[in-house]
Amino acid sequence: MYQILSKKSLNPTVTQMEIEAPLVAGKAKPGQFIILRVDMDGERIPLTIAGTDPARGAVKIIFQIVGATTEKLNRKEAGEAIEDFAGPLGVATETQGIEKVCIIGGGVGCAIAMPIAEEFHRLGAEVTSIIGFRNKDLVILEEEFKACSDRLIVMTDDGSYARAGNVTVPLGELLEAGEEFDRIITIGPLIMMKFVTLTAKPYGVPVTVSMNPIMIDGTGMCGGCRLTLNRDGQKVTKFACVDGPDFDGYEIDFDEAMSRSRMYFDFERAAHKETCNLFAAQKEG
Amino acid sequence: MAMNPKKNPMPTQPPEVRAHNFEEVATGYTEEIALAEAQRCLNCKNTPCISGCPVNINIPGFIGKIKESDFAGAVQIILQSSALPAVCGRVCPQETQCEAKCTMGVKFEPVAIGRLERFVADWYLAQPARTSSTDTPNGHKVAIVGSGPAGLTCAGDLARKGYDVTVYEALHKAGGVLVYGIPEFRLPKHIVAQGIESLRRSGVQFETNVIIGKTLTIDDLFEMGFEAVFIGSGAGLPKFLNIPGESLKGVYSANEFLTRANLMQAYREHPVTPIMKGGKVAVVGGGNVAMDAARTALRLGADEVNIIYRRSMEELPARKEEVEHVIEEGIHFHLLSSPVEILGYNDENDARNPKNGFVTGVRCQKMELGEPDAKGRRRPVPIPGSEYTLETDTVIIAVGTSPNPLIKNTTAGLEVNPRGGIIVDEAGLTNRDGVYAGGDAVTGSATVITAMGAGKRAAKAIDEKLMHSES
Repeated sequence: MYQILSKKSLNPTVTQMEIEAPLVAGKAKPGQFIILRVDMDGERIPLTIAGTDPARGAVKIIFQIVGATTEKLNRKEAGEAIEDFAGPLGVATETQGIEKVCIIGGGVGCAIAMPIAEEFHRLGAEVTSIIGFRNKDLVILEEEFKACSDRLIVMTDDGSYARAGNVTVPLGELLEAGEEFDRIITIGPLIMMKFVTLTAKPYGVPVTVSMNPIMIDGTGMCGGCRLTLNRDGQKVTKFACVDGPDFDGYEIDFDEAMSRSRMYFDFERAAHKETCNLFAAQKEG
Repeated sequence: MAMNPKKNPMPTQPPEVRAHNFEEVATGYTEEIALAEAQRCLNCKNTPCISGCPVNINIPGFIGKIKESDFAGAVQIILQSSALPAVCGRVCPQETQCEAKCTMGVKFEPVAIGRLERFVADWYLAQPARTSSTDTPNGHKVAIVGSGPAGLTCAGDLARKGYDVTVYEALHKAGGVLVYGIPEFRLPKHIVAQGIESLRRSGVQFETNVIIGKTLTIDDLFEMGFEAVFIGSGAGLPKFLNIPGESLKGVYSANEFLTRANLMQAYREHPVTPIMKGGKVAVVGGGNVAMDAARTALRLGADEVNIIYRRSMEELPARKEEVEHVIEEGIHFHLLSSPVEILGYNDENDARNPKNGFVTGVRCQKMELGEPDAKGRRRPVPIPGSEYTLETDTVIIAVGTSPNPLIKNTTAGLEVNPRGGIIVDEAGLTNRDGVYAGGDAVTGSATVITAMGAGKRAAKAIDEKLMHSES
């Protein structure tokens, strides 16, 4: 069992937790992920690591309540424990030789983008961060980004906070104005990462995207997380769990990844509803 | 008494019943049948059967005890060589091992050694649990990577000799392929759990959720005070066909399909892990894993299950007994067929149609058998213009696995062969001092018993090395 050391609600649908897992905390690097199960007979879900405190053996995770498992996780409080917590999995984000970086996070993806921005800041790189949310209520981690960014641009889709529009708007403006990034690193919804890649393409800036497909074991065993890459005119299959989660945005077949991510959509929606009903019934009873 | 020329048949659930449940197919010999079958053993002086067993069980010895109705004695003889007889009695390919060497088999059917092994193992599991005798602790620490058949065997042998053994498992549950791969109806999970529990009682510690190569490296283990490490990490990396359409929704590797069904219990009435159920299912491959996937799909409620294999029935690598079960259960074979493309739904007028991207069929090409290859199996040759489409909703690719590269990639200087298998000597020693390996991590996909044999040899080598370094 792995104890929940702290719990904090970042917005109505996003929660931050610190889990006691000293071995994971000792090894984790920005960009890597863990797999957890909330309880016995539970589902295995991957979550990217949002930070560590090795001295306390703590691993920070930030998750959006989107399905049955995240719903159950969110009902746990500090002091309680979860059944399984394994990692760190995947390859850490490449930071070598990058002096000027643009970090683009969307929604809960900002939770993963933040430790990467922090790492670049710590390494002395010039960090521009662009973070986007649907509306004002969903804005998270603004202060944290401010602390590690040389320049921070906040966007909301509906204009209810900061600037209105998608993250691709300021990115396009910066690139058009002649800004030269060594790398753009983007983490968020697939559709956002696709359009960040398309926006950067005319300027030839390398784009790293962080993929989060459906997976089970996280060690390369099942192949469920496979992605198709278009590399030098050849189609190449890669596993997000062991080859990623970071990939070259120009190589990823985003449309296929989006289609695959919806494979169990109906099942997941029904399971989430059932879990919510279960909790509601428990509350009444 | 006239000698029965045939094996006593194994009682099974009727095909029409078992096709709809996950209960064990073969229900096991009764005491009466076991006693009758044991009488068929000729107790040959030269014991050919033992030479056919990868862990050299004293087969005539344990069968002799059965003849005397001394089942406890029979178990003790098996346990000297094998820590998991209830597993081996179920999943070993006896027909190509011990039973293939049986003298009875020259003129008649061989003695049903596997069924007898299972009988006494099950008898033993039904008795009250007891702590097996182990030597006094010798103070030496050994780490085992992976809790599949190779790791469990190595752990068991070393623990019995007094070693302080820790088994590291990447998944949340110990057992490796015995829990994620082999289905409940062929190897009930409680059998595996009991095997692991008995190892725990003999002092073996299990650490789940530790991925060696990630959470800890092999070098970390030595720093933690382990004096030897055995790598039994299995052949976890699924192979795909590399044909168009393999990323469509509804295409699974057998590893994924079986892991969802077995480890994640997607077969339960209210599963938490989803799996595609019902409809038409096509399984590509002819090994035991393909048979397991096909039969699992059937039990999950498939309307029709087809196995696509590129050679003929004669070359089918799966166990004969399993193939017979598959046919009895109404699963169809498409032999001499090889998939060239997986077809998917695509609504050109509506990009948001939720059916888009799901599998609709497999395009196959007919094959004929040509010259034998290096292994002596006749090579399939495509027949031009013979392509046909098999309608299906799910495709399961069961064409083998490669060794998992996680450990190789994180262990400085560990040598592997071009297929990714860790290179070892006869005793299982790698090119790194104190690091041993065995099972599928070395050979690529093979059998449970071969892995157990490798675990056993490595345990012996580790014991010799650590005892030698002491004197």
